[in-house]
Amino acid sequence: MISINLVLFLLFFVWPAVIGLNYSFTSYTGVGTAPYVGLDNYQRLVDDPAFYAALVRTVIYTGSVVPLTFIASLGTAYLLVSPYAKGKSVARVIFFLPWLISPIIAGVIWRWIFGENFGLVNFVITELGGKAVPWQSDANLSLIVVIIAATWANTAFNMLLFVAALKNVPTAYYEAADLDGAGAWPKFRRITLPAIAPTSFIVVLLSTLHTMKEYGLIVAVNAGGPGTENNLIVQYIFTTGFRRAQIGYASAASFVLLLILMIVAVVQLLASRRKGA
Amino acid sequence: MAKPPALRRPGRGRKGDVPRRIGASSIMWLLAVVYGFPGLWFVLSSFKPAGDLFSYPLTLFPKKWTVSGYAQAWTQFDVARYFLNTLIVASAATLLTVVASALTGYALAKYQNWWLKAFAVCILATTMLPSETILAPLFVVVRNLGLYNSLSGVVVPAVITATGTFMFRQFFVTVPNDLLEQARIDGSGELSTFVRIMLPLARPIILTLAIFSFQWRWNDYLWPLIILNDPKQFTLQIGVASIVGAQNVNWSVLLGASVLSMLPLIGIYLVFQKYVMNADLNAGLKD
Repeated sequence: MISINLVLFLLFFVWPAVIGLNYSFTSYTGVGTAPYVGLDNYQRLVDDPAFYAALVRTVIYTGSVVPLTFIASLGTAYLLVSPYAKGKSVARVIFFLPWLISPIIAGVIWRWIFGENFGLVNFVITELGGKAVPWQSDANLSLIVVIIAATWANTAFNMLLFVAALKNVPTAYYEAADLDGAGAWPKFRRITLPAIAPTSFIVVLLSTLHTMKEYGLIVAVNAGGPGTENNLIVQYIFTTGFRRAQIGYASAASFVLLLILMIVAVVQLLASRRKGA
Repeated sequence: MAKPPALRRPGRGRKGDVPRRIGASSIMWLLAVVYGFPGLWFVLSSFKPAGDLFSYPLTLFPKKWTVSGYAQAWTQFDVARYFLNTLIVASAATLLTVVASALTGYALAKYQNWWLKAFAVCILATTMLPSETILAPLFVVVRNLGLYNSLSGVVVPAVITATGTFMFRQFFVTVPNDLLEQARIDGSGELSTFVRIMLPLARPIILTLAIFSFQWRWNDYLWPLIILNDPKQFTLQIGVASIVGAQNVNWSVLLGASVLSMLPLIGIYLVFQKYVMNADLNAGLKD
């Protein structure tokens, strides 16, 4: 029985990885032969401004979404285990609902709210006497909309992780701190944060890896637009590989992405080790 | 379930509790409104007649409730077919994922073998090798297997997940080996022990993984988009994305189709809520 798993694993992970690496040295287009071109693809990538643009946008996007998600999910989780808040069971469901909504639909929801000529946000702004904001046609504003949507969509899952971690912090620590007359912030800073550090690390790592691969959400919000301004890295790979049938070139781009993801993971792992030591 | 430690503390009525209660509750509810409002606005908009969608001033509640957007989505836009396709993909993938993960997790927990250990490391490594990074070669492999443009091409590559395997492994490690020994002494075969004794024990894990897997596959977009070419085979996400991608977005249909596509998951969640919220979430539970 296990052997079926082994076959699936070899077929859908190992084999693609091997031929992918292989393709990245060819100019394969999906049909016919795959002429060997050596390091040409990587050379082209280094010189490709579109690739750089996608990479930079991805880094900006990840650099904004991950901290925002972290704060939002820790904040909501903290409130959900706080003894002071009322109506937690209903609030928990509300916070969690975005997890059920697919990236595509989440994107549509935010596109609807931030529509330039019809959206709720611009309606409120003009009602208040402001000028309609070009949420779709300005590159930076478009990216902000995607960042908001992603934070909204990613909070729920990380919140679950934090809730589990916060519930496991021993009460005795807080009681001891109470006896010493510690305030809420020092307690959070000195007891809660260190106690949940392993979970924080996992949240940051998973969110970073997840955010770097974002695709569906952006397609639905503005298709990486205006134009190709906000094409992130996966969209770049998809467009070159499947729309332009440059499978060899797209494979090379994929391996650069893989390399970046691995570096991100290793760096975060090392950072957490050093903190722990 | 025992109350979490943090909840056991209050009740002594110390001074300063009341402002704190008000403070914490109001912040939480403010956030709940922030998180809940986009969805609410979206759902309420979907009941507005097409003409009212863009007419300023916008109102929160429809002036006239209508389901014309839904009707149009259902009849003109083939939502029914997309629903069926998505249901097939999500159910088949979920079933296969649960079976494969349970078997592998069980083997990793209960049998000692050098190649099983090596396999465990390999599966763990797949979390580092997301399918987005092997998109093009994976496509070529699936195409060469003759699965291009078929629903099975969407299902099969998704069956192995490190998350599921390790959820089961962690669980089966906690099951005492005596139970297994006892079954062996009683002359029960390995497979029948697994099916009759181990699987019923793992019920909560099965349900949790099933819900997660169903959500992953229901909401999947990029991979189905690559594999499915024929509109007859489209899943809901591709269908909805194709309305968004059109030159002139038909918002009335889009709102209706989107809300419809969310309903099954919300239903499943409301029924099985405790298996999601109490899931013992470990590393890697994200696809």
